[in-house]
Amino acid sequence: MIEVNQLTKRYRKVTAVDSLSFTVRPGLVTGFLGPNGAGKSTTLRMILGLTEPTSGTATIDGSRFRDLPRGLRHVGALLDAGDVHGGRSASAHLWALARSNGLPRRRVDEVLDQVGLASAAGRRIGGFSLGMKQRLGIATALLGDPPVLLFDEPINGLDPEGVLWARGLFRRLAAEGRTVFVSSHLMSEMQNTADELIVIGRGRLIAAQPLAEFAARSTKQQVTVRTPDATALAALLTAEGATVTAHDDGGCTVTGLTAARIGELAFDHRILLHEVTTQTASLEEAFMELTADSVEYLAGDQR
Amino acid sequence: MTATRTRARFRDLVAAEWIKLWSLRSTYGVLAVGALICVGITANSARSNVALIARSASPLQRLGIDPMIAASMQEAFQILGVVAGSVGAIMIFGEYTSGLIRTTFTAVPARRSVVLAKVVVMTAVMVAFGGLVSAASFGLTQAIYHQEHIGLSITAPGAFRAAAASALLAPVCALVGMALGAVIRHAAGTIVAAIGVLVLAPGLFQGETYRWVKEIGNAMVYPAWAALVKNPAFQVPTVPGRPSPGGATEKYPVTITEAWIVFAAWAIAAVVIAVTTVDRREV
Repeated sequence: MIEVNQLTKRYRKVTAVDSLSFTVRPGLVTGFLGPNGAGKSTTLRMILGLTEPTSGTATIDGSRFRDLPRGLRHVGALLDAGDVHGGRSASAHLWALARSNGLPRRRVDEVLDQVGLASAAGRRIGGFSLGMKQRLGIATALLGDPPVLLFDEPINGLDPEGVLWARGLFRRLAAEGRTVFVSSHLMSEMQNTADELIVIGRGRLIAAQPLAEFAARSTKQQVTVRTPDATALAALLTAEGATVTAHDDGGCTVTGLTAARIGELAFDHRILLHEVTTQTASLEEAFMELTADSVEYLAGDQR
Repeated sequence: MTATRTRARFRDLVAAEWIKLWSLRSTYGVLAVGALICVGITANSARSNVALIARSASPLQRLGIDPMIAASMQEAFQILGVVAGSVGAIMIFGEYTSGLIRTTFTAVPARRSVVLAKVVVMTAVMVAFGGLVSAASFGLTQAIYHQEHIGLSITAPGAFRAAAASALLAPVCALVGMALGAVIRHAAGTIVAAIGVLVLAPGLFQGETYRWVKEIGNAMVYPAWAALVKNPAFQVPTVPGRPSPGGATEKYPVTITEAWIVFAAWAIAAVVIAVTTVDRREV
C-alpha cells in the first residue's frame, strides 16, 4: 500500500507536484498517468525518498521509505533504466545490490532468468539496448521479492513481445497480492493492464478511479452512420442539433445524437441506413480530454 | 504479502561495495598503471644515481647521495596520490554521473551507511595498495643502492617511518578524492580539483617570509608527507675548500607529530565531508 498525502514539491519557480493525495492499493495494477512534465517521476522519487518533498508525506506500508535501513525486500523500483554503471556486467550489478540487502546469490540468477536476460548475464551493461536495460531494471525491482513495486515508464524501448511480457508480469505480480504502480504518459499502455488509474496534470490530481469509470467519463459519444442518401440525412441530423462529419468512404461521424434517435429520424423520413454504430470513446480520448488543460509542453499548430 | 524485516548488517554493505569496486575493469587498470609508474620512477632514480657514482672520480660522490630520497621521490608519490585520489573520487562520482546512485539508494535508503561502507573498502584497498607500492619502492631502490654499499635497511633511522608515510599517503589521498567526488559530482571537475588540492595548492604556500603562509602549507598533505620521509641521519659531506653546505636550516618546519596529525585530520575531514554531503543532497 502506498499512501501519498498532500505531497508538494516546489522548485524555485515551478511547482512540480501540488498537494497530491492518493492511495495505491495492493492486489491491483494501478496506472499513474499524465502528460510529459506532469510530475509523475518527481512523485515517484519522493515516494522513494530520493527527492525531499517541500511539504506533505508519502509512505509505503506505513513507513517513510528513507526510514527503512534496507529497501529491496520492501519496495522494488525501476525509475530509469539508465540508472546503472555501464562498466559492470548485469550479474555483477545485481549481485552487488543483492549483497547490500543480505539477499542470496541465487536471487540474481532467478531474476535474470525471469526477465529473459540469463544469456546476457556476463555482458557489460554498457552494451545493452534500451529494451535490455528495461528488463535489467525490472530484474532489479524483483530482486528482493517485494510486496510493493514501482515502475516509471517501464514499456519504453521494449519490443512488442517485451510489451506483452511486461503487461503479463504486472498482472501476475498484482494477482499475487502485491501493490503494483506503473507510470506512463500513454493511455493505450494502460488499457489492457491497469485496474485503477491515477491521472495527474501539472502536478495536480485529475482523477483517481477504476479504469472502466474513467473511460466512461468522456463526454464525446460518437455514432458512425453509413447511408446511400448521405446529403439528406446530414441535413436532417444537423437540423436536430448534431454535428456531422462526412468521410471519403461514404460514411459519416455524428456527435450530439444517440444511435436510437438517428434511427428514428431516418425511419420517419424513409432514409435507408446501412450501418449505425455507437463508438465508445477510447481511453486515449478520455485522457486527452481530461488533460487538455494541463499539458505542460504543447506542440504548435499543425502545419 | 508482507515484507520480512531485513537484518541491516553493515558488513553486507561493505561486501557490496567490494563487489562494485572490483567488478569495474578500470579499477585494476588504474591501480596497476599507477603502481608501475611510481615504482618505475623511484627505481630509475636510484639506478641513475648509481651510474653517477660509478662515473664520478670523487669518492665523496657516494656520500653526497641520500639513499632515502630515491625511495620517496616527490614526483613518483605525487602520481601515486593523484591515482589514489582518482580511484577514491570515481567511487563516488561514478555513481552520480552514471545515475547508479538512485538505484543504490533505492536498495539502501541508509545513505550514511553506504558512504561509510565505501570509506571502509577504499581505506582497506588503499592501505594495501600504498603499502605495496611503498615497500616495492623502498626495497627496489635500496637493493639498487646496495651495489654501491649505501643502501639502507628498513631498520635504519627514519626508514620505516618514511615507508609508512608513503604507504598511508594513498588512503589519505583516496579519501580526499572521495570527499571532492561527493561535493563536485562531476568527473573532470573532481580530478582537476583533486590535483589542485593535493599537488598544486602546497606550492602556493611556500617560502619563509611570512610564518602564516608557511603554516598553511605545513597543514597540507604533501608537505607533511615530505617531513615524514626526510632522512634524519643524512649529513651532506663537507668538501674541503668549500663552505659547509649544512648551514641553512628550514624556518617553521613541520614536526613529525604535526605531520601525522595533518594526515589524520585530512582523512577524518574528508570522511565527514563525504558522508554529510551525500546524505543531504538530493539525487
